[in-house]
Amino acid sequence: MADTQFDVIVVGGGPGGYVAAIRAAQLGMKAAVVEREHLGGICLNWGCIPTKALLRSSEVGHILHNLDAYGFSAKDISFDLKKVVKRSRDVAKQLSSGVAHLLKKNKVTVVDGQGKLAGTSGGLRKLEVTKDGKAVGTYGAKHVILATGARARTLPGMEPNGKTIVTYKEAMVPETMPKKLLVIGSGAIGMEFASFHHDMGAEVTVVEVVDRILPAEDAEISAFALKQFTKQGMKVHTGAKVHKLEATSKGAKAEIEVKGKKETLEVDRVILAVGIVGNVENIGLEGTKVKVEKTHVVTNEWMETGEPGVYAIGDLTGPPWLAHKASHEGVLCVERIAGVKGLHPMNTDLVPGCTYCRPQIASVGLTEAQAKEKGHELKVGRFPFIGNGKAIALGEPEGMVKTIFDAKTGEMLGAHMIGAEVTELIQGYGVAMTLETTEAELMHTIFPHPTLSEMMHESVLDAYDRAIHF
Amino acid sequence: MPTPILMPALSPTMTEGNLAKWMVKEGDTVSPGDVIAEIETDKATMEVEAVDEGKIGKIVVSDGTEGVAVNAVIAYLLEEGESADDIPADGGEAPAPKKDEPPKEEPKQEAPKQEAKPAPQAAPAPSKSSNSGGRVFASPLAKRMAEQAGIDLNDVAGSGPNGRIVKADIEKAMEGGAPKKAAASESAAPAAAPAAAAPAAQAPSPDVPGLPSYQEIPNSNMRKVIAKRLAESKQFAPHFYLTIDCEIDELLKVRKDLNAKSDAYKLSVNDLVIRASAIALKQVPAANATWTEKAIRIYDQVDISVAVAIEGGLITPVIRDAGSKGLKEISASMKDLATRARDGKLSPEEYQGGTFSISNLGMFGIKDFAAVINPPQGAILAVGAGEQRAVVKDGALAVATVMSCTLSVDHRVVDGAVGAEFLAAFKKLIEDPLTMLL
Repeated sequence: MADTQFDVIVVGGGPGGYVAAIRAAQLGMKAAVVEREHLGGICLNWGCIPTKALLRSSEVGHILHNLDAYGFSAKDISFDLKKVVKRSRDVAKQLSSGVAHLLKKNKVTVVDGQGKLAGTSGGLRKLEVTKDGKAVGTYGAKHVILATGARARTLPGMEPNGKTIVTYKEAMVPETMPKKLLVIGSGAIGMEFASFHHDMGAEVTVVEVVDRILPAEDAEISAFALKQFTKQGMKVHTGAKVHKLEATSKGAKAEIEVKGKKETLEVDRVILAVGIVGNVENIGLEGTKVKVEKTHVVTNEWMETGEPGVYAIGDLTGPPWLAHKASHEGVLCVERIAGVKGLHPMNTDLVPGCTYCRPQIASVGLTEAQAKEKGHELKVGRFPFIGNGKAIALGEPEGMVKTIFDAKTGEMLGAHMIGAEVTELIQGYGVAMTLETTEAELMHTIFPHPTLSEMMHESVLDAYDRAIHF
Repeated sequence: MPTPILMPALSPTMTEGNLAKWMVKEGDTVSPGDVIAEIETDKATMEVEAVDEGKIGKIVVSDGTEGVAVNAVIAYLLEEGESADDIPADGGEAPAPKKDEPPKEEPKQEAPKQEAKPAPQAAPAPSKSSNSGGRVFASPLAKRMAEQAGIDLNDVAGSGPNGRIVKADIEKAMEGGAPKKAAASESAAPAAAPAAAAPAAQAPSPDVPGLPSYQEIPNSNMRKVIAKRLAESKQFAPHFYLTIDCEIDELLKVRKDLNAKSDAYKLSVNDLVIRASAIALKQVPAANATWTEKAIRIYDQVDISVAVAIEGGLITPVIRDAGSKGLKEISASMKDLATRARDGKLSPEEYQGGTFSISNLGMFGIKDFAAVINPPQGAILAVGAGEQRAVVKDGALAVATVMSCTLSVDHRVVDGAVGAEFLAAFKKLIEDPLTMLL
């Protein structure tokens, strides 16, 4: 019979769970992961990774439609959506099997099924695992880390039907490209799907209930993004309410209200991207001291729940709901359990956020408004893509790098970028902020020429009125 | 661009000071060496001299400002062709760049060069023995925050990777009572009634029930230094005490005779005690020593710190190389140092360092007391009053003028036998004062 007793069992094999399990194994603990569907979780199978594959295709499409600018010409440009989707699925599959391999290599046991807390016995936390309603087994562990993630939030009156009104999961594997698409919600998920469909030729409308798109981003970045999308031809309604949403024979009909004006939209498909809810059900939280608030598990800074020996990480817990935050928490949680010295709780301000629409958006730290709210005197730097040689050479002159410093200490409080490839740049500021550099070290850093990263330098210089190229 | 004049660090322990008085006003032209301001530090008033030539463009920190952090901009100096319009709106914020004007450097960039006057190097005595000169690992932000808050990174425990000092550690240090601005005037408090010149803060209700109401006298810089250093001394230096009685009839006679010979000097008993201590330390150099983590330092020269009571506290001006100075010289320099100490006019090198201390409370009629060692020194001699006491001489009662002296010793540096040896040498010199004239 297989092993049933572990030091650590992680429930959920997403980017939080499998990383936690590997780290636990590295620290000499006997670890297992219980996963009900796919190793790699939503991120790898239905989120971050497959959407990046889709967006790569739409980016190629965008370039193909603008070949003239680069001296090429092509006729009869077309795409086969099946192939586009298949590529995306293949990428996900490849990486998922990669995770299985990594777990095996680290001697982490993988249990196929759904895990549920079931009290304690002999000083161990008990976990019952079932698969399709059938018992797989009962496992015991000193520490149980819940990493069951989250799923799309649905709103009453706006229930998805899986065909014409869908959430990210169905939107990931479209059989046809809609002519007209309505995206409800302008967060990262909504804008990525909007951008993909727009670049693939669909007529896209986005509605957002608050007064700006990408509401988590710096207001200046939101405004910049709105301008870009509008310029591309996307319809974006902010401050808009959806009164009614119903499926029709051809697609869906939505009654929206924009600034007091009612409007009916008829579209082929609707993608709902109105947030997420934590997967807190069926994991045995009932009757435990694990506290749930607004569908998410409450933890302290060390990911401990109210129940001794039970931890929670990732999307199941509080925001930001991002894969890399889950991974970081997983590592921190396990290291804390192992008694690793010199640990610091995660600073959520240092969790970067990336949105892979066109233009890309990336940020880390406080927005200008948040920084002001915290009482900082600010120095703010901005540098536009138009002032950067590499951006011009790439044919990507639209974008901006914004940096925010505390005027007194020179502490970097936040960085916000929009434009080509910025998602690959943001970690430079992440390193700087983690190392607690001030403006001085960033100014003294030699940035390679010609790169987009030079804008990161110039933005810092601009915060101190020293920008060279603008 | 206008040159910022920064609050100078006049001593290694100085984190902030009071800008007592400007000697110049905006628009005045200054040359290098001109005294431009007076600054009160922990213990003294110092003059700040101009380093560069120019015109005082703007005085940022006005007369009588307290708690000015070291390296804060206190004024701007304009060079030829510059006007007050070139001065940044305030110390931190660079002005919005004007058109057809090159962008400005932020003023802090060149700051260190412009310190009004470099702090005089303190005597070789270690002012901080714990600092073994190793590199302190701290994040750039932590370093800057520590500098701005006047926190010595050597005093901060790092919680980052490999003990690196990070922002959170500095924030903790700041909460934990890093030097903060005192609310009231620091030097104006008269010693007799040490209520600060500024009205004492309205006493908050007592923390412990049953306590009467009280007035709060904000701690002056000096008070904080005394508190910190002496608490450190009692915490870290294992004190032990040796007391000896010295008959001083002969000493009083010699003093009287010497004083009768000239009006050019007037020797005090204390001058003779300083001289005797210095010679005794030369005879027993092991007592002229300091503890460091790596080694015991035995000094080649005897620098004696003499405690002088001043308004609101005390200060220990140093008689340098007291072992080579004659009585007349010791007396003269002691008088000068004490006078200037009371006026708050000592410069840091005059009260920092020292290898041994003397505290004399004889004039208050104190018979005998034990003093707290002045770290990082190894010993302090507490001198009591000379008084007539019954003594037994050759089996018979007799009257003698006796002065009790108690040596407080840091046992890490000086053992009992060495301390006793020093006191024996001291007593011999005091009781046979002609030998100290040699």
